[in-house]
Amino acid sequence: MSSEATPTLTQRLRAPFEGPNTIGNSRRFWAAFAIGAALLAIYPILFGAYAAGTASVFLVYALLGASLAFIWGFCGILSFGQVAFFGIAGYTFGIVSINLTSYTGATLGIVAGIGVATLSAALLGYFMFYGGVRDVYVTIITLVVALVLHTFLGQTAGSEWAIGEAALGGFNGMVGVPDLAIGIGETGIEFGGAMHYYLTLVVLILTVLGLRALVNSQFGYAMVATREDEARTEMFGYDTTFIQFVTFTIGGAIAGASGVLFVTWGNYIDPSEFAITAAAMPVIWASIGGRESILGTMAAAIAIQWIQLQLTGEWALVIVGSLLIVVILAMPDGIAPRIGDVPDAIRQYRQPAETPAAAEEVSD
Amino acid sequence: MALYQLINVAFQFLDSFAFIVLATIGLAIIFGMMGIINLAHGEFILVGAYATTLSFQAGLPLPLAMVVGVVATTIFGIILERTIIHRLYGRLLDSMVVTFGISLVVIQLTRIIFGTSLSQIGTPFGGVSYGGFSYSAYRGVFLPIMAIVSLVALYVLFTRTEYGVRARATIQDEETARAMGVDTDRMYLSTFAIGSALAGLTGALYAPTITMTPELGAGFLVEAFVAVVVGGPSVLLGTPLAGGFLGIIDAVFTYGWGTFIGQVALLTAAIFAIRLLPDGITGLIETIQEKRSQSQ
Repeated sequence: MSSEATPTLTQRLRAPFEGPNTIGNSRRFWAAFAIGAALLAIYPILFGAYAAGTASVFLVYALLGASLAFIWGFCGILSFGQVAFFGIAGYTFGIVSINLTSYTGATLGIVAGIGVATLSAALLGYFMFYGGVRDVYVTIITLVVALVLHTFLGQTAGSEWAIGEAALGGFNGMVGVPDLAIGIGETGIEFGGAMHYYLTLVVLILTVLGLRALVNSQFGYAMVATREDEARTEMFGYDTTFIQFVTFTIGGAIAGASGVLFVTWGNYIDPSEFAITAAAMPVIWASIGGRESILGTMAAAIAIQWIQLQLTGEWALVIVGSLLIVVILAMPDGIAPRIGDVPDAIRQYRQPAETPAAAEEVSD
Repeated sequence: MALYQLINVAFQFLDSFAFIVLATIGLAIIFGMMGIINLAHGEFILVGAYATTLSFQAGLPLPLAMVVGVVATTIFGIILERTIIHRLYGRLLDSMVVTFGISLVVIQLTRIIFGTSLSQIGTPFGGVSYGGFSYSAYRGVFLPIMAIVSLVALYVLFTRTEYGVRARATIQDEETARAMGVDTDRMYLSTFAIGSALAGLTGALYAPTITMTPELGAGFLVEAFVAVVVGGPSVLLGTPLAGGFLGIIDAVFTYGWGTFIGQVALLTAAIFAIRLLPDGITGLIETIQEKRSQSQ
């Protein structure tokens, strides 16, 4: 009785992260979320630090996927350019941290990497959205940006393409990027192996919660309204151009964060991160997982990248591509929005006779 | 000397013009006429190029091998339209994602079946020489002629034939067209087939000039998408105009600073073009025509 008047602690905790804009607002959802996070957290204990260090990249890809799910699923901006911001941040971190070899360098690298990626997204977003570019044209321009970056970094093999100590290295990529670290001079914390895994997991969980809070805020409602009908939203007095610009920039910042985490995971980055197959991956994760579900996209990113690694062979891309085609044709919204229906479907399957029987009684 | 350099730039322009027009034309037909963004466009070109190269190596003379390339791509397009694409009309973003999936599958299947590269056909016709310089006659003369021939043929097909009227009617108003007895389903299929055939033609024509790898299609994408954006909704007029406009930019920047700067210049031009002309070049022309008819 009193639960109606004064919400329990868990309800109050949940409230900022719930709303009509996100899939999964039930207690069952949050239980599953907690179990999922806990399982990811004990993964290094179960399989050892080395396995965790290797698995860290899947979480990095999940973060990249989240950046696309946020802008595409909630604001209707389909961008093939998330990998561009991902790569820009990675290269920037490499350039800064290779030149300033200390914890200060790595710390500045994080700031610079995410900062430059965010600025690039803001600049591109400014030109596109304030220039009246919309819908498919945004998609085409972002794709072209990624492809042009690929061409550019591919031809940086010569020694003239070095910034200080950091050689861009053309298609061979930039090697010898130091681990992620936070600190000043010689004192600080280094995030290698399992530490990298935990840091990425924390960033990932904070991003999910932060984005859920954001899309359920006033701004989030305006984002969704812009996705549904831009002209009408504008009539209601919202600055839809600004909303799209801000959304795109936030997406670029998140992609940048994942780029920094990626380059410090493998201590290496190369232009194939911008190639057309790489540019497609976030779109594939979001399409299959469900672009309106950040967690669904993340789960799809982890699952698909893991499957690709297991298949290791030449058939991996064929299978992933075919999966994409089938899912879009059969389930245009992806898998996640359907998961909520599963318990109901099971219940119906278990008691198939009951409902018709009741109907018969009434008709008699 | 200055004259020779001018000739150099002129050939570079013709080369760029042909490349942009031929890279775009199949994509533009399918986008402009059917509202499908075909991200597998590069792979249609790939099919055309591979079919040409393989049949040339099997002993066919080059012109015949090119015909095989076009026919193979057309069949490829028809099969895709019937199985997948026809479910996606009116679903713009979905069509992009699905065609991207097709692109991944085709690239990887090509790699599995034919390996990482094929040996290339030699470029025919040799070069045009002038005062110590020379330019490939195939790229500087033959391909521009082919680009113009294809544009004229398309123009005639879509404006002067019964089929063209039906196809355009279907695009403009599907329901009315169907009420008037047009088999719209078949019109979509045949328009898609024409778009595929044109992509195949591009592949066939460029097969002797580019390295035969499974990723060769990506080399056409930047130019094709930029030109579609700049050209605007009226395909038949927009493509040659965009080709001419972007061809000049590409030629000047590529000649002066290399391919990469050429591509950056194209991208910048596209962003500015969209900023200034949201409906592309043909949108601008329509606006001018409307104003003129109003003032009369």
